[in-house]
Amino acid sequence: MYAFNYHRPASLAEAARLLASNPEAKLLAGGQTYIPTLKQRLARPSDVIDIGGLAELKGITEEAGGVTIGAAVRHAEVAGSALVRRLIPALASLAEGIGDPQVRNRGTLGGSIANNDPAADYPAAVVGLGATVRTSKGRAIAGDAFFTGMFETALEPDEIVTAVHFPKPEKAAYAKFPNPASRYAIVGVFLAKTASGIRVAVTGAAPCVFRATALEQALAASWSAASIDSVTIDPSNLNSDIHAQADYRAHLVKVMAKRALAAAG
Amino acid sequence: MAEKGIGARVPRKEDLRFITGRGRYTDDINQPGQAYAVFVRSPHAHARIKRIDKAPALALPGVLAVLDGQDVAADGLGNLICGWLVKSKDGSPMKMGKHPLLAQEKVRYVGDRVAVVVAETLAQAKDAAEALVVEYEELPAVVDLAGAHEGPLVHDEIPNNLCYDWELGDKAAVDAAFARAHHVTRTELVNNRLVPNAMEPRAAIGHYDPGQDAFTLYLTSQNPHVHRLVISAFVGIAPEHKLRVVAPDVGGGFGSKIFIYGEECVVLWASKKIGGRPVKWTAERSESFLTDAHGRDHVSRAELALDKDGNFLALRVNTKANLGGYMSTFSSCIPTYLYATLLAGQYKTPAIYCDVQAYYTNTAPVDAYRGAGRPEASFLLETLIDQAAMEMRMDPAEIRRKNFIPKTAFPYQTPVALVYDTGDYEACLDEALRLVDYAGFPARRAQSEKNGKLRGIGISCYIEACGIAPSAVVGSLGAGVGLWESAKVRFTHTGKVQVLTGTHTHGQGHETTFSQLVAEKLGVPYEDVEVIHGDTEKTPVGMGTYGSRSLAVGGEALVRACDKIIAKGKKIAAHLLEASEADIEFRDGKFTVAGTDKSKTIGEIVFAAYVPHNYPAGLEPGMEESAFFDPPNFTFPSGTYVCEVEVDPQTGEVDVVKFVAVDDFGNVINPMIVEGQVHGGLVQGIGQALLEGVRYDAGGQLLTGSYMDYCMPRADDVPSFEVHTVRGTACTSNSMGVKGCGEAGAIGAPAAVINAITNAIGVRVEMPATPERVWRAIQSRPMAKAAE
Repeated sequence: MYAFNYHRPASLAEAARLLASNPEAKLLAGGQTYIPTLKQRLARPSDVIDIGGLAELKGITEEAGGVTIGAAVRHAEVAGSALVRRLIPALASLAEGIGDPQVRNRGTLGGSIANNDPAADYPAAVVGLGATVRTSKGRAIAGDAFFTGMFETALEPDEIVTAVHFPKPEKAAYAKFPNPASRYAIVGVFLAKTASGIRVAVTGAAPCVFRATALEQALAASWSAASIDSVTIDPSNLNSDIHAQADYRAHLVKVMAKRALAAAG
Repeated sequence: MAEKGIGARVPRKEDLRFITGRGRYTDDINQPGQAYAVFVRSPHAHARIKRIDKAPALALPGVLAVLDGQDVAADGLGNLICGWLVKSKDGSPMKMGKHPLLAQEKVRYVGDRVAVVVAETLAQAKDAAEALVVEYEELPAVVDLAGAHEGPLVHDEIPNNLCYDWELGDKAAVDAAFARAHHVTRTELVNNRLVPNAMEPRAAIGHYDPGQDAFTLYLTSQNPHVHRLVISAFVGIAPEHKLRVVAPDVGGGFGSKIFIYGEECVVLWASKKIGGRPVKWTAERSESFLTDAHGRDHVSRAELALDKDGNFLALRVNTKANLGGYMSTFSSCIPTYLYATLLAGQYKTPAIYCDVQAYYTNTAPVDAYRGAGRPEASFLLETLIDQAAMEMRMDPAEIRRKNFIPKTAFPYQTPVALVYDTGDYEACLDEALRLVDYAGFPARRAQSEKNGKLRGIGISCYIEACGIAPSAVVGSLGAGVGLWESAKVRFTHTGKVQVLTGTHTHGQGHETTFSQLVAEKLGVPYEDVEVIHGDTEKTPVGMGTYGSRSLAVGGEALVRACDKIIAKGKKIAAHLLEASEADIEFRDGKFTVAGTDKSKTIGEIVFAAYVPHNYPAGLEPGMEESAFFDPPNFTFPSGTYVCEVEVDPQTGEVDVVKFVAVDDFGNVINPMIVEGQVHGGLVQGIGQALLEGVRYDAGGQLLTGSYMDYCMPRADDVPSFEVHTVRGTACTSNSMGVKGCGEAGAIGAPAAVINAITNAIGVRVEMPATPERVWRAIQSRPMAKAAE
């Protein structure tokens, strides 16, 4: 990696100040994407601000019947949380399936969604559950508006994710077809029946997580596998790469949707 | 049997240091004044080097040297070589493209070495490597076998990129047999290119000592003496007696660390260029993917002629093999003498013909990888036989049984040059079918079907040739070296034993197996034996470890050195016991006068040899004996593997639910180590069948350059194996009756897995049988079409 200044701020306010005052600075939380990027010299930040240890970004709490998870909470903590398991078991099981034990013990919720890798798992939960992303600038960004494109989000350059609030769904489940090498999602489908209606979020299949509205409508009409079968997924906007062609991904969206449906009950 | 002697499941003595992090690998070695090397590599698959400007790199802090191909040429260093001369059908020698230590004029694959930067620190070397200016003129690239013959020339002087066009077997007899065949089964198949992926990446530390005018090279090698020989005799950096090569603990090789690469030569040379400071290079994982010699990469057409009863009449095979941009050290013999010679398999097929065209492409060099040629042969033959069985509506087990070489027919001359010494193929097949409950398969298939899964069973009856030998024969076939092995047994005053072996252990457990062998032969405690290897200044000259040869060849050298110890011990015992030498018997560590209770322990005899106060007149003192062993033939391990899979028709995912391996390795020294070797081989074989595969894009960029895209098998990708190895037919080429076990799993497993998938879905899928490929194959089935 190239040389950079390393900071470990004592507070969120200090972290935000450092970020705002150094245009070439980058945030580091669990480092599961950023450390390999630095080691391969693919990034050359002037400053790295390590927010992984900030107490203000920790903690999993019950709020308004749902759960609020700090941005620096690690995947393994979400997977093992009794609170999450009780209120939104689909979210705990999604966290349990991210990467491998090493990744789950380092990687954080905030890091995952701020990076917005097209094949990451958490964006599917944020969109699928209609979650709200809270930031250092006091904003509460709706999940549907947060992910704006491949590796892009609604965050401003000097804005830090502080927590995500997930409302409790009536029922929900996540089904993933992992890339056998990386274990990222080739296709991941998060399906939920919520107070605001049926939500189906798809990750891995396209350049950015998206809501499969045709599936949502079909499932709203009838919560059944037959509804999923009746929908045609258009492959034209889906990814094609050495791991899966678009038509296979389109097929997998329906298979994973059916598996999520069966798991959600 | 000694308590920890032959046949005992002794835990590996080397594992204490390995599993507690106390192994000492090349990168763990740091010396005063050590500098660091970083290689500047080609970003292009094929390009002409127009200009290199070293000045920006040399201007950076800490930079000690920047060296390129012109410096190599100016110092008169020789090229890397391929040490096995293969001749084409017309008798002409293979066309070996020049392989300089650092590229000259052209680069021929992404990752090709262009220059080296040596600096005080690794970070400074990296900075300078980035600053080096290299101007290229990009050239069109040829990446795969399909385009190789008509493609752009990798080496301008080699027409059609064709290195050789080689053949083996009686073409006329094969053509005649095909003409009268009742049925001909035909197929085309790909043997997918693999990256070896040793856990420890390649590394080297070169050190020139001006005071001694001598060189030391620490590196990741499976054969340090072969490295010393090539670096001295061909590259010409140092004379052989002034070069010490040390391969300390090495974290896996699978063939990839046999070869002499440019990097280790360059750091040795660079050390002298900077005045004698040690220069270290350790590959990053990305460099391993780009530049470790890859394995396999064949495209073949195969035809099997059968009579109406399913007897094999003849086999005809054409294979095109990808050599990559340069010939690696043994690359020529892999798709020829280690491949076509195995096409008889376990069968009495009377006529076989194979021809092989080996092509250069703008990809990483290809050479031996676990099994090396033999997995390719076994996969081709065993999938072809399954297809024949399907076409002739015969049971896959029975068509094999019908064509097996009967156990009464050994020694057996195959039509492709080899003479198998022993084997009992039916015994392995029967045992494997019993263990897998072959008869119960239809019920298991029905159960899977109820769960929405397609179940299949696949058989693979492999054979391999290990312990490549004898030297005179391989020499007549083009090998540039002898393939014997050496050992020295040295007692100390206090009766402890040092074993010095010319083989090299990089995961195989030689320290344990050889200790067991010596404990058994000499009756000394297992704990009193120390095995030393991997240092040309300590061990006798040896040829190293590959091709499952260490025990069958190196172990036999050790046995013969022990025999010499015993013979000398008898002379001393006869003197001390006042008996005739002919009356001295040696057993369980004791020299005894036959028919009496008069005896001396081996410890007493050794002490007498080193303190020869009362000693036979004219006998040399000391107790240290060497032996070299050149075996009379290869060894021929064989076995039957049966795999059961469940395929999810929704996604195409393949779950290996059952895997039975019954191997005939002859006699076995340590069954636990042997089973471990089989487990590892099976995982790599299953990896090739289901997960692993190198992909380049059309321009020659490596798409599978990290573990994000190249899938290595993990523990949860494989089932709990049932491995049975102990009831074998003894090999006749060494006194122990051992055959070698290191590669079997990787050789036999791919066909078993693919045959099981074919059995499940009715269509053969190319390797790796990824979920997408399997799903597409299921969609293409006539039944699926009819259902639409």
